[in-house]
Amino acid sequence: MARITLDELKDMLAKAGGEGAGAPRLDGDAVDTPFADLGYDSLAMLEVTSMVELAYDISLDDDVAQTAETPQALLDLVNGLLAQAA
Amino acid sequence: MNATRTQSAPASAPGTTATAVVTGLGVAAPNGCGIEDYWRATLRGESGIGRITRFDPSGYPCRLAGEVSGFDPAAHIPGRLMPQTDHMTRLALAATGWALADAGADPAALEEFGMSVVTANAFGGFEFGHRELEKLWSRGGKHVSAYQSFAWFYAVNTGQISIRHGMRGPSGVLVSEQAGGLDAAGQARRHIRKGTPFVVTGGVDGALSPWGWVAYLSGGQVSTGEDPARAYLPFDTGAAGWVPGEGGAIIIVEEEAAARARGAAQIYGEIAGYSSGIDPAPHTGRPPALPRVVRQALADAGLEPGDIGVVFADAAGLPELDAAEAAAITEVFGPRAVPVTAPKTMVGRLASGGSALDTATAFLALRDQVIPPTVHVTDPAGPAAHLDLVLAARETPLTSALVLARGTGGFTAALVLRTAG
Repeated sequence: MARITLDELKDMLAKAGGEGAGAPRLDGDAVDTPFADLGYDSLAMLEVTSMVELAYDISLDDDVAQTAETPQALLDLVNGLLAQAA
Repeated sequence: MNATRTQSAPASAPGTTATAVVTGLGVAAPNGCGIEDYWRATLRGESGIGRITRFDPSGYPCRLAGEVSGFDPAAHIPGRLMPQTDHMTRLALAATGWALADAGADPAALEEFGMSVVTANAFGGFEFGHRELEKLWSRGGKHVSAYQSFAWFYAVNTGQISIRHGMRGPSGVLVSEQAGGLDAAGQARRHIRKGTPFVVTGGVDGALSPWGWVAYLSGGQVSTGEDPARAYLPFDTGAAGWVPGEGGAIIIVEEEAAARARGAAQIYGEIAGYSSGIDPAPHTGRPPALPRVVRQALADAGLEPGDIGVVFADAAGLPELDAAEAAAITEVFGPRAVPVTAPKTMVGRLASGGSALDTATAFLALRDQVIPPTVHVTDPAGPAAHLDLVLAARETPLTSALVLARGTGGFTAALVLRTAG
């Protein structure tokens, strides 16, 4: 059964929101920190969700960032959808 | 840095009397980044024109350009902005940082609605757009980045500068090709006169990607020369087109009293006069707009032709346009009556970045009392023989300068700069 791992999600977050100095941090407790507090704006979330949709062939609601407020919540949401599809 | 907020500075009086002064310059040019590197190279006549390295130009009829080399975006651009910015926007953001530092201005200490951003741009983020359109046609719409929604756009530099530095005053973008840098400076002065004390202006442009290159070539004016020292020869008998370049300059304009009150690092001079016009359609037989625009800019500055110490030419590099510019300068000033220079012979034509760079260069000329050279030109043609063309850096007393620009589509602009009183 296909699953998205935290590392795979972090790769997509780094592609969408940048990495290194001046980019949203993805270490420590970032996984449980709201995207908005990490520095992901609505466009960055659109970029992330379209990457996830393409990579895992799923469809996410436009307001997914409101439903899944943290990286962990998004991870759980996507894995839930993948489990349903399996 | 001065921590005093300008809210407490003397308010600029709305109307036409407020003086717009330039307090900071930031340059990203093919022959140097940062004003001191650029200015040193320019006075030495060092060219930044060479064979294109950004992509393989061997399949195209034109292969030379002025590329900004040695620019490491990661050293200047926050990681968060990297996925969403085109190369020329990164250059613009870096140049803005340098200009603010040069002005000794800390935007966080200034009133957010008292800072405007007015830049010029002619291409938008072509290289970014090229990549995304490639994805669109080869892989489908879902593969196109959400950031394409603005990263390609002419207004993107203004927007990114505004967001990064919290500048929320009246802002905009001027799209008038080569004339853009001057039109933006004119608009910046309007904002100063309407009561905004601090304006970021100038322009950074360029589209050195395969898609952008085809856009350049479609005009039929780009030089097919292979020798970087002979490909772009404005006013010369060998003139046969121009070489595109990338980059430009960002310029900090302030209301004079507010600049002095906050303790600006220096005042390079004043935007004293500005005018713009549009050439008549080619078939009308009516004369070009340039002589009228020059006279209007001088009148706006309250100066006579004899007051101008140097003219920075548009320098199209095409025989007919060069002849028209030489004739316009001679008509207004008289034969060999004013030094004329085109330091853009070292960098190529930077679209709207070109006239912004010329404006920054002219302020450096006023600062150091030296006219930078026109390089590579050896044999002035026809009407250009009546110009006092500056072919080697020339030290001379300067209190004012005139910058000229003509953009594709007939856009014509002139800006008069003057040392501060």
